[in-house]
Amino acid sequence: MENTLNNTTAQQGHAVGAMVPRPHVIKRVRRDTKDTFTIELVGAENPTGMFFSPGQFNMLYAFGAGEIPVSISGDPTKTKRLIHTVRVVGPVTRALRVLKAGDTIGVRGPYGTPWPVEKAEGSDVVLVAGGIGLAAIRPALYYLLANRNKYGKIALLYGTRTPADILYRSELESWRGRFDLEVDVTVDRGDSSWWGNVGVVPMLIPRAQFDPLSAVAMMCGPEIMMRFSVMALRKQGLTTDNIYVSMERNMKCAIGLCGHCQYGGRFVCKDGPVFAFDSIVDLFNKREI
Amino acid sequence: MPDDSTHGGGEHFILDGKALPDLVQSIINAGYWLIGPAVRDGAIIYDEIKSCSDLPRSMTDTQEAGTYRLQQRSDQAWFGFNTCAQSLKPFLYPPTATVCRATREKQGYSITGPTSDTTKMAFLGVRPCDLGAVLIHDRVLADGEYADESYISRRENTLLIAVNCTEAGNTCFCASMEAGPKASQGFDLAMTEIIENDDHYFVVEIGSQKGRSVVSTLSLASATKEQVLQADRRIRPAAEQMGRSLDTSGIRDVLVRNIDNVYWDSVGRRCLSCGNCTLVCPTCFCSTVQDVTDLTGAEAERIRRWDSCFNLEFSHIHGGSVRHSPKARYRQWITHKLAFWHDQFGTSGCVGCGRCITWCPVGIDITAEAHAIREHDLQAAPVKEKTEV
Repeated sequence: MENTLNNTTAQQGHAVGAMVPRPHVIKRVRRDTKDTFTIELVGAENPTGMFFSPGQFNMLYAFGAGEIPVSISGDPTKTKRLIHTVRVVGPVTRALRVLKAGDTIGVRGPYGTPWPVEKAEGSDVVLVAGGIGLAAIRPALYYLLANRNKYGKIALLYGTRTPADILYRSELESWRGRFDLEVDVTVDRGDSSWWGNVGVVPMLIPRAQFDPLSAVAMMCGPEIMMRFSVMALRKQGLTTDNIYVSMERNMKCAIGLCGHCQYGGRFVCKDGPVFAFDSIVDLFNKREI
Repeated sequence: MPDDSTHGGGEHFILDGKALPDLVQSIINAGYWLIGPAVRDGAIIYDEIKSCSDLPRSMTDTQEAGTYRLQQRSDQAWFGFNTCAQSLKPFLYPPTATVCRATREKQGYSITGPTSDTTKMAFLGVRPCDLGAVLIHDRVLADGEYADESYISRRENTLLIAVNCTEAGNTCFCASMEAGPKASQGFDLAMTEIIENDDHYFVVEIGSQKGRSVVSTLSLASATKEQVLQADRRIRPAAEQMGRSLDTSGIRDVLVRNIDNVYWDSVGRRCLSCGNCTLVCPTCFCSTVQDVTDLTGAEAERIRRWDSCFNLEFSHIHGGSVRHSPKARYRQWITHKLAFWHDQFGTSGCVGCGRCITWCPVGIDITAEAHAIREHDLQAAPVKEKTEV
C-alpha cells in the first residue's frame, strides 16, 4: 500500500460553514487511564472518513457544552475511523467522557500544520512526548512505521507522571518489542510495580540512538518539558531547524479568526500547532507570550 | 474584499448644505438602512438616521485621555464632531452572533449554520479612521485563508459615505497612522463639509458606481477645480491639529525586541484590564464562543461574542492562563496592534482614532506607551533625537 499524505489544509479555502461542526457517530469508547479515553468516530455524512496529516487536530463539539481542539491520534493511512484521545480537564471534556457508542459528536477539521514526516525522509527521527502529547505524536509514528524503509533510526522517548498514567500501554509494549524502533519510557514518580526509568523526559535524550547531524526531532508535551528537551537535543548536536514542536494555546475557532491562539505574530491554529523550533526560538523562552 | 471603488482622483460634485436631506432621502429610497452620527446618552455614536434632524448639527466633542464631553458649536456644521464614541464595528461585526444551532433528533443531532444577513446598510459621516478600520477588517475577516461569511455578506451590502475631517480632536492621531484626515480609498462617496460666511456646502467625491447611483438622482453641479482645492485646504489643518502623534518608524521591531523590557511593569501597574480599549477599538476582532441550551436540552446554540485579550480567561489553557499578569495582557494588546498585525495582515492594526485613549478609565495612552518603549529601548542607537509626543 502506498502511504501518501493528503494535504487537507490547503484544500479547505473558504469552506462554507467553516464554523459549523459536522455530526459524527461514536463507534467505540476506550478508557485509557483514569483521566484519558479514546473515541473512534465515523462521519454521519462522509463514510470514506477524514484524510488528515499527522500532527493535525480537529475541533470536537459536545452538544450544548462547547468545542475544544484535540489532536488526531489515529493512523493517517486508516481513515475510516477518526480516532481521538482526550484528557478530561474541563467542562467540554467531561461532557465528552460520558458519551457512549452510538452517541453523536460534532467535528470540524482537520486543521493545522503537520509533523515534517516527508522532510525527515532519509534521516533518523527522534519523537519526544510528554503526557497526553503522545496522542499527537502517535500518527507520526504510525506513518514512519508504515514507511519504515524511508527512514534511519527511529526513537520514541516518552514520559508521564506515574506508571498508571502511561497511555497506549500495550501498544508501547509491542513497539518496544520491535528491532527497528527504540522506545524509552520514564515516569516522574515510580511505584512498587515499576522497574523502569524514573525522571524527566530530557534525561532520555543523551542515551537515545540517533545521528545528531542528520536527525529530525518532533516533540509534543508541556512547554517546560519541550524547553529542556530542546536544550538536551541541542547539546547532542541537533540544530534548531531540525527540531519541531507542537504548541498549545487557547483556541475557539481554529481558523485564525478568534485571535485566542496568538503566539507573537503566529496563530497556533493555522500557522501551527507544529512549528520548526527556529521559527519561534525568539519567543519560546519568554514568559506569558 | 471585492468592490468597485476607485482609489482617489474620482469625480467631484457640489452638494448644497440645504440639500443634505435630499441625499439622506435618496439613500433611504435606495433601500438602505441608514446609519450615521447621532447624539445618544451624552455622546455622539453611529446609530439609525431617519432624517437629517437625527444628525448632531452644531454639536462637537472634546476628548482627552479618560474624558469625553459634548459641546455646542457656534456654526451650523452637520458633521462638526471629531470621532463617534463607537466605530462601525458593532454594525459590520456585531458583538454577538449565532455561529450554529444543534437540534436533537431521534438519533443524535443535526447542526445548522446561521442564515446570512442581507440587510443593506448605508453609513453616512464615516470618519476616515473608521473607514480605514473597515478596510483592515476586510483583510482580517474576509481576505484570509478562512473567512467570516456573515461579515462578507454584510460588507457586500454596505454603502460607505465618508466625511473628511477638517478639524481634529485631542486624542486623534490618524495622520501618524496614514489613515486620515482625508479618506483616500474604500469609500463609495467622500464628502468635505465647507462653511464660509453664508455659504454651506459639501464637496462630494465619487468613489464607486454604487456611490454614483445614490447621488445621480440629485442632479448635482460639478465641482470646480478651485472648490476641490478648497476642500483639500480645509482638510490639511486637521492633520496639524491632532492632539497626539505616534512615531511609526520601525515600530514593529522596536516593540518585538523589547518584549522583555522592564518598562511593561509600569503600564501593568496602571492598567485595570477592563478591556474598554478593545471594545472601542475599531479593529480589535477577537471573539469567544458561548454555548447555550434551552431548558429541555433539545436545542443548543453556539454564540460568538466579542472577547478581549485583557480577560484572564482569554489565554486559558489547562494549568492556567498563559498571560496572567496585566502587564503581559497590555503588552499583548499593543504589540499585536502595532507590531504583529504587520506580520499577520500586512498592515498596522491601528488607525489612530484615539478611542482607546479617550475611553481608558485611567487614561493610558497608546501613543505615550509606544513612545516610552522607544525611550527605554534596550537596543536603541546611543545618540538619538527625542521625538516629542
